[in-house]
Amino acid sequence: MDNTTQEKLVNIVREKFENDILSVESPYNFLTINFKRDNIIPLIQYLYDHPVAKFQYLTSLCAIHFPEVKQIAMMYQLHSLVNNWRIRIKIYLPEDNAVTPTLTKIFSAANWMERETYDFYGVNFQGHPDLRRILNVEDMIIFPMRKEYPLEDQTREDKQDFMFGR
Amino acid sequence: MAEENINHSITAVEDSKYSTLNLGPTHPATHGIFQNILTMDGEVIIHSEPTIGYIHRAFEKLAERRPFYQITPLTDRMNYCSSPINNIGWHMTVEKLIGAEIPKRVQYLRVIVMELARISDHLICNTVISVDTGALTGFVYLFQFRELIYEIYEEICGARLTTNIGRIGGFERDFSDTAWAKLDKFLKEYPVALKEFENLVKRNRIFMDRTIGAGPISAERALNYSFSGPNLRAAGVDYDVRVMNPYSSYEDFDFIIPVGLNGDTYDRFMVRQEEMWESMKIIRQALDKLPDGPFFSPNVPDFYLPPKEDVYNNMEALIYHFKIVMGENDVPKGEVYHCVEGGNGELGFYLISDGGRTPFRLHFRRPCFIYYQAYAEMIKGTNISDAILTMSSMNVIAGELDA
Amino acid sequence: MQETDIKSTGIQLVEKPDGYEGAGFFATSLDKVVGMARKNSIWPLPFATSCCGIEFMATMGAHYDLARFGSERLSFSPRQADLLMVMGTIAKKMGPVLRRVYEQMAEPRWVLSVGACACSGGIFDTYSVLQGIDRIIPVDVYVPGCPPRPEQIINGIMKIQQLVETESRGRRESPEYKAMLNKYGIE
Repeated sequence: MDNTTQEKLVNIVREKFENDILSVESPYNFLTINFKRDNIIPLIQYLYDHPVAKFQYLTSLCAIHFPEVKQIAMMYQLHSLVNNWRIRIKIYLPEDNAVTPTLTKIFSAANWMERETYDFYGVNFQGHPDLRRILNVEDMIIFPMRKEYPLEDQTREDKQDFMFGR
Repeated sequence: MAEENINHSITAVEDSKYSTLNLGPTHPATHGIFQNILTMDGEVIIHSEPTIGYIHRAFEKLAERRPFYQITPLTDRMNYCSSPINNIGWHMTVEKLIGAEIPKRVQYLRVIVMELARISDHLICNTVISVDTGALTGFVYLFQFRELIYEIYEEICGARLTTNIGRIGGFERDFSDTAWAKLDKFLKEYPVALKEFENLVKRNRIFMDRTIGAGPISAERALNYSFSGPNLRAAGVDYDVRVMNPYSSYEDFDFIIPVGLNGDTYDRFMVRQEEMWESMKIIRQALDKLPDGPFFSPNVPDFYLPPKEDVYNNMEALIYHFKIVMGENDVPKGEVYHCVEGGNGELGFYLISDGGRTPFRLHFRRPCFIYYQAYAEMIKGTNISDAILTMSSMNVIAGELDA
Repeated sequence: MQETDIKSTGIQLVEKPDGYEGAGFFATSLDKVVGMARKNSIWPLPFATSCCGIEFMATMGAHYDLARFGSERLSFSPRQADLLMVMGTIAKKMGPVLRRVYEQMAEPRWVLSVGACACSGGIFDTYSVLQGIDRIIPVDVYVPGCPPRPEQIINGIMKIQQLVETESRGRRESPEYKAMLNKYGIE
């Protein structure tokens, strides 16, 4: 996406959500908007309905854990198929209160993606029709992708850590 | 275990006219391990409750502990039917992060390998659809050609299925003469066999009656469920990452995007069939226009292992080799997203690097995981035999579903 | 199975066991005949979970052809299967399912663990992967590889055939066998 298109998109967002934008950057030419957590669903709905932007395809959503600043960021990536524009929106939630409204009313694809994010990071999506674990076993109590949990199963007996350089 | 999930969103289970059928996780019809608990009224499906995660191997957490070149074998095992596409997609992501310039020859060779992988993935899916309708002949005859493709992979990288093909920056060796000879043999013999298979099923009354109208999905619902790849193209939307966001010189090649009408099983079968023909066209064009040049990019010394003669004779090469293998090279910080057209759709890699030797966060945008959600909606109201066909025509690969 | 037939066609379907032969009769021990019949008619249950499953499909294909070992008929129902071939990663979520499938199989039953993930967890030393299926079920033959070539899988099948041929008929009732099953908690 060239700079003029990026400028145009940022202005489209600024029209309605001037106060909620934290920062705008463009790593590797990919427009990324860091946004305040409160108005994320109205923003995505606005981009969905906007007659020029038409971001009606949800590419991906995931969470990122930043343990030093105790935040869990949510990344939403949208794609406008008509114009071939891509945009990434990130919001930042506190680690101990990672709650955000659900996107399933706009995109049905967000259903399982949010369940996966809940399973891995413990982010609660308000309004989700069926928020429970999807990939891990049902009775797991920790959220394994958070940085404080180890990768290996600590109860295994057959692999000696010193042989693997741990 | 998973039986407890059935009470979450089912309307009338206590009603005695409905029966419950457990499909999976080990079932010959589900090509992969995932479970569906079906509530049925006779043969018609009222509700289905999918459960996945039976092969969850924690790829994303594992990737946070591995240096970049060690993540390639992980990507192999996601969509294991077309693993070169995953490998090359990952290499391109890292090359985008470090800003490497890849020579034209490498890009064309990558295109040839990726299209071969696409042919092998679609081959499995189409023959399995025909097996599920009862036509086992296609499976037995066409699998011989998968052996030919495996032999080509073996010449290039040494492995058959989980290839770990190429390196960050190119290929580890140029394709040998045997590889070119085998590729020519494949391109000569495969169209004959594919045409025979097509003549068996394409206008076959039984096959068409079975598959037309089985598991349809409209274009609007498909877009809302973020479908991509052949499943979306069968519904009528011509979104192909190779055309919309071209990578690795795909813009130099001339090919069409086959698109279906109704999004049912027949359309998905035909889209994959036509894509195999288009892939062969692309491979022939790449072979004709293949430029000369290096088979690796010379300006990524921090990631591409130097040749062994230099390592043993040259101090600088020895140091580079040591630093690459021990993982002491620094990587630029940043976040990058790169997507390729995998066998099932838009396969995306979202990589955040904090400068260390391993990624800070790596998220795989797996097309299977995203479009399998729609399965429950697609089979509501159909018979169980159509549901089985729909599942095999969607080409759900368990490794990509769970990661 | 007379000598003249073998010479004329050159095709030997199975190896003749040792025995005493005469005009119109052949005497050997019952164990050998039963072993020969059993080893050439194993019905496998392909418990294919991931990439090794695709190599199994290649093994069943025409090029490597598992059917010539007598395993033409795959059984997907554990009640009718002799050999449980576990191919691919077994996650902890899948463990109870595998255990239930194994318990449903009738004696005599053998288990072939194909692939590094089934043998020991493979490259996935993570919280969600069972580090080898011998944590939950007894295994007879391990086939390492990631994925193993079809020739290796066939080698594993041939070792299973050796085990089947030489198994003594009272083994499944013996106290050692029952003690081993008890170790896994299987009745």
